[in-house]
Amino acid sequence: MLGLLETGSGFWNAIIWLVIILVLGALVVYFRNKGEDSYKKRTEQDKPFISGNPELNKEDSHLSASHIYWGFTEALKDYYHPLIDFHTGNINDYTGWIIVVTVLVLIMVGVSG
Amino acid sequence: MNILPHLPILIIALPLLGAFILPLLNRINKKVPGIFSVLILGASLFFTILVAIKVMTVGPQVYVFGAQSTGFTLPSGLKFPIRIIFEIDAMSIFMGLITAMVSFLGAVYSLTFIQKEEGLDKYYALLLLLTVGMFGMELTGDIFNFFVFLEIASIASVALISFQALYKGEPAEAGFKYMVVSSISALIVLFAVGIFYGQYDVLNLAALARLIKYSQLDKIALGLMVPVLAMKAGAVPMHMWTPDAYSEAPAPITMILVAASQASLYALFRVTFTLYNIQLNTLTVGWVIIIFGLLSMFIGVTMAIIQKDIKRLMAYHAISQTGYMLLGVGVGLAVLADPVALQKYGITAMEGGIFHIMNHAMYKGLLFLTAGALFYRTGTRDLNHMGGLAHSMKYTTIFFIIGAAAIAGLPPFNGFASKLLIYESVYRFNPILSIIAMVVSILTLASFVKVFHSAFLGPKLPRYKEVKEVPTSMVFAMAVLSGIIIFFGLFPDVIIKNLVHPAAMSLIEQVKYSATILGGM
Repeated sequence: MLGLLETGSGFWNAIIWLVIILVLGALVVYFRNKGEDSYKKRTEQDKPFISGNPELNKEDSHLSASHIYWGFTEALKDYYHPLIDFHTGNINDYTGWIIVVTVLVLIMVGVSG
Repeated sequence: MNILPHLPILIIALPLLGAFILPLLNRINKKVPGIFSVLILGASLFFTILVAIKVMTVGPQVYVFGAQSTGFTLPSGLKFPIRIIFEIDAMSIFMGLITAMVSFLGAVYSLTFIQKEEGLDKYYALLLLLTVGMFGMELTGDIFNFFVFLEIASIASVALISFQALYKGEPAEAGFKYMVVSSISALIVLFAVGIFYGQYDVLNLAALARLIKYSQLDKIALGLMVPVLAMKAGAVPMHMWTPDAYSEAPAPITMILVAASQASLYALFRVTFTLYNIQLNTLTVGWVIIIFGLLSMFIGVTMAIIQKDIKRLMAYHAISQTGYMLLGVGVGLAVLADPVALQKYGITAMEGGIFHIMNHAMYKGLLFLTAGALFYRTGTRDLNHMGGLAHSMKYTTIFFIIGAAAIAGLPPFNGFASKLLIYESVYRFNPILSIIAMVVSILTLASFVKVFHSAFLGPKLPRYKEVKEVPTSMVFAMAVLSGIIIFFGLFPDVIIKNLVHPAAMSLIEQVKYSATILGGM
């Protein structure tokens, strides 16, 4: 069958997957259209509700990259600090790591027989 | 004259000669070198496809330099080849197709991306030489010849990484760093070649594979080549040159550099499988490669998440994705001496790893090109300074979504197909490895959600009010890569059956590789 990928444990077919997604999508659209239609464009309903706080200027409301996953990196700072320190940008360290790893691999290959 | 037997050499000869003609053509018109390079690389791509069809239908092809006929591998009375020979089997041509496609699209993209720069004849000449180096590394059947092409690719890469160093310091620094690590790796490879030549008096890979005894010296050669080739592929903890080089090179060159790193990865697999095969302790060396893979996957993706420079972020993802390839093929190597395990999941793991090489070249190439498109229009790589670009760069946004979904392993894109093969086969070898690979995919998705939100979503920023979609040649290159990603995702069976499975088997079947040149099975 065209598109059938056998993994040794099962199979995958993107065509079947797409057909299922399209059918499910059509069902979602159908049920959505059955719902109450009380939404009116360009009325109060269009405005975001932010607990009574004034709405920010649209151009100021964009969240920049540094703010995203701030909590993730803060929670993992004990992991990140040594990892960032490890990336010194110094070419001496780059070559040092090549030597260290080469020695380790030589030992492993030599010892393993 | 029948040109067909000479196709393997034409793949390389065309860009090589073209590189030296370019400076002359530049005197006619400044636009000629770009168009000429596209034509040359288009012809190389066409010839590569023809050779691929021949390899898939007839079997491995050889090209003997300077012999009476191109297939005359053994001169009368000799038991080993003395000439330089290209041996093109399914794995070589698999890599050759990647190189041909990526370098052609890189040249097309460059037509407008780089047109405002000075010294374009040198840029395109170096691009052609880089392509020559990569093709040579992949097609040659001679280990010294491999070293020569590795050097050609490295020198051209250094110059291309530093291409914009005239008015910025960072490209020069990145080029210098790449030069240092490349020189070290090339010298170590040359030292290993010397070890083989000193012992066996041959440089031909097929002859070496038949003669090799896995002596103490062979172990030293292996222990030298594995880490330096892994380093050139960008494996952790020797990966630090990668974000420097990938971020500072012009975007189309970064895309080609990814394929150049994969040429080193190919060499790593060629050395371990074709040269040593089951003579080495496959479990130990397999685990060495698996550990490189695990470290690359996890450290690569976690470093990517915290980046603010879009190209550095993508460079760390390139390291992470290389980890998948190392993991898949590493598992295949670890069970190479165990026929039952190899048959049950080893071959599938290798297919996953090898398929991921091609998939990665396509989606990572596409992602670097979208990053280049953003830089072309905004003049920055800093994600903190981007936003709302989906309003004005609709095609680039769609291409980015396709590339990001593919790298994160979302169905129905190509990354999902190869990762699925890796997950399911590696799970049967060691479930923890497979679970780590899945976690890395989730983190990859998280990282690209960040890029998508920072660069494309949000209101249109006042400073980018004049921004519009990139020119046609850039859109064309991204569209072709997107089309390939979607096709490979929808019909992975076509690619696996015709390209990936034969490539995996050509690595496993060492005897067949030797017999193509030396005869006898």
